[in-house]
Amino acid sequence: MNQRTFAGLSIVGLVMFAAAPLWIARAPYESTMGLIQKIFYFHVPGWIVMFLAVFVAGIASAIHLFRQKPAADRLAHAAAELAVIFGIIGLVTGPLWARKAWGVWWQWEPRLTMSIILELIMCAYLLLRRYGGPGSDKLAATLAIFAMANVPFVYYSVNIWRTIHPATSVVPQLAVSAPGMFGPFVWCSVAFLVLFTVMLAARTRLEAQRAEVERLHLALEEQ
Amino acid sequence: MRKDLRVESRSWEMVSTTLFFAVSCVLVFSFAFVRGGQPVDGAAAGILWIAVAFSGTLALGPTFDRERHHDALRGLLLAPVERSAIFLGKFMGVVLLMTAVELVVAVLVALLFQAPQITQNPWIAVLLMLGNVGFAAVGTLFAAMLVRTRSRSVLLPILLYPITLPALIAGVMGTAALLQAEPNLDLARMWAALLLCFDVVFTTLALWTFEPVMTE
Repeated sequence: MNQRTFAGLSIVGLVMFAAAPLWIARAPYESTMGLIQKIFYFHVPGWIVMFLAVFVAGIASAIHLFRQKPAADRLAHAAAELAVIFGIIGLVTGPLWARKAWGVWWQWEPRLTMSIILELIMCAYLLLRRYGGPGSDKLAATLAIFAMANVPFVYYSVNIWRTIHPATSVVPQLAVSAPGMFGPFVWCSVAFLVLFTVMLAARTRLEAQRAEVERLHLALEEQ
Repeated sequence: MRKDLRVESRSWEMVSTTLFFAVSCVLVFSFAFVRGGQPVDGAAAGILWIAVAFSGTLALGPTFDRERHHDALRGLLLAPVERSAIFLGKFMGVVLLMTAVELVVAVLVALLFQAPQITQNPWIAVLLMLGNVGFAAVGTLFAAMLVRTRSRSVLLPILLYPITLPALIAGVMGTAALLQAEPNLDLARMWAALLLCFDVVFTTLALWTFEPVMTE
């Protein structure tokens, strides 16, 4: 990504996040949950981006593993860090919402259990990157692929076992069932996606520059 | 695999250490969860699986460590056989070892936690075998990869537990369903099917990634 696109996207993201609260405030109240339901506009986009990040990390890792592309590895590393961050957003907003809607902070039901497992795997990935030492990149790549294989189980868990968590069909039906909520939801989702793209680009670039510095350092020492 | 079995039959090193560890695990739990002669409700299933997972991790450590001496791993990888054959050999060794340990642990848990169903219900054996396969597939792959890294012993459980948690959950839930006063066979079958699903996904992925991971 060149610098002009990067700057442009950063500004777009900034404006979207600045405008998001205004639109969320004007969105209609949900009939039973009232004000607390508005956390939905950050909770769901957070998880959407987390899943996206896990997929980016998984696919990039597979490319690195089978084609030996260091650039794909750097992308996977950046995506994994973002997956942990956006997962934390989901894990913080979720219990806040659950406390009001279900009366408890945490419930051991499939969707929540699987999400926390996914978050754990991504944390393990980062620990491995940090402390694995040389040669840990392939191991980490395998881990990311395993994490990606976990996503379908997380996604469908709510539909298989009917539980307390809203099903995945709620969001696609929103345009028809609650048009007033659909607008701000799409707005927030796009804002999260823009933020993700900007952060991913910045982090990948940082990693690439670090690799370059290392290469130059080695070249200098050899002289 | 035959070599591993021979080493094992000569020294009994892994069977004895893993078994001892599993037994002490169960004993520690029995001190924590049996009060006044009565075990806490529903503890048996969880303890059986925790003992299996812990001792499985202990068994996985040395599987590839043994090959580190005199660069035996390189020799093994250079041997004119499919890489997946090496993986399958190690994998079957781990499954065998875990099964041997489980035979003892299951009897011990049944005795200490007053759950005789564990030794009588064949579905529990099915669940344990399915759990073994999933756990050993992921575990063998990670143990193989970790051979070359520093701090192997720390990283193995860190990586292994999050990935195998779904399989452990399915195993514990299925076993708990069978240990109720009224065994719920349908529920146990559902969890066994889920375990099978995980096994297929895990083993395929492990076989698929073993080849590129072990190439230098």
